[in-house]
Amino acid sequence: MDEALTARTITIQGHQGDEIEAYLAEPAGTGQFGGVVVIHHMPGYDSATKEMVRRFAAHGYNAICPNLHYREAPGASPDDASAATRAAGGVPDDRLVGDVAAAADHLRQLKTANGKVGVIGHCSGGRQAFLAACTLQLDAAVDCYGAFVVGEPPAESGMKVRPVLDKAPELSCPLLGLFGVEDRFPSPDQVKELDEELTRLGKQHEFHSYDDAGHAFFAVDRPSYRVHAANDGWEKVFDFFGRYVAS
Amino acid sequence: MCTYLTEQRAIEGSGKGSTGWFALTDAAVYVDHPVHAQYEHTVNIDFANPAKGPSARVAVELTEESALALVDAIREALAAAPPGLASASAASGASSRSGRVPA
Repeated sequence: MDEALTARTITIQGHQGDEIEAYLAEPAGTGQFGGVVVIHHMPGYDSATKEMVRRFAAHGYNAICPNLHYREAPGASPDDASAATRAAGGVPDDRLVGDVAAAADHLRQLKTANGKVGVIGHCSGGRQAFLAACTLQLDAAVDCYGAFVVGEPPAESGMKVRPVLDKAPELSCPLLGLFGVEDRFPSPDQVKELDEELTRLGKQHEFHSYDDAGHAFFAVDRPSYRVHAANDGWEKVFDFFGRYVAS
Repeated sequence: MCTYLTEQRAIEGSGKGSTGWFALTDAAVYVDHPVHAQYEHTVNIDFANPAKGPSARVAVELTEESALALVDAIREALAAAPPGLASASAASGASSRSGRVPA
């Protein structure tokens, strides 16, 4: 694999037909490629997330990241758009699902598509990846330390986000979960609860929790970065998508 | 932890952003991941004017200690000044407030 790719910004019809921006990266050359929808984290549709999109393309996947904050702030910088979206109450769950569905459909319609699509999200995107996989027909999902899949947010927090564990019976695909033992949201106990519930339901899943890693250990531009966990995590992501999306 | 917890307040004053000064109408305060500060979480404050678009924003990301020190500093500065000196209704009066706010 020569890791050649093309990447560009496109417009897709998101939830309820809304036009939203998305970042698309495709492997160069011909072939049949699996698709990956990358859900950006709370800080927005930023360069770090686009880097991940390109990484998937370099590894032979058509990859796309919809800008979940586009409606509140078209054309704004990612941090300003994130702030505007937060001030407006955050990304509603139904809109998230609609945008991921549109992104997945876009990937499926590419000439080089093999018809399979996985989803991955980090941080708030981890919960959203799980939610999307419980609502849409997908081929694989990766939840990287998504908080509040399990467990109510602290009562005093006033947070609007709600747990989505009750949607687990509808999980449509294998789930890979990557977590840090030192994380508090999700805590090891919450990861265990999700693991046990998926086992009880007979849902195919693989969970890995890393010692000496907390939240956001994949984020290379943040002090939370943990090289051993991130490197091993990326290997597991590509092994997982290789089994369920690429082939 | 990505939180959606956001304390919001209507404010009056001005801020200087990337395109110069503008009137401020809204403040949002939240504890979450910073964009730039090298900490896992910070106290983030957005001073904004949504009517002028999402880029009309002055953002700060502070450690908890810094934020609390700033709260103390604001209170001490106000306590040291004559009461009401910086009030919106002081000096030129409420009727002319809009005229004092830079466009």
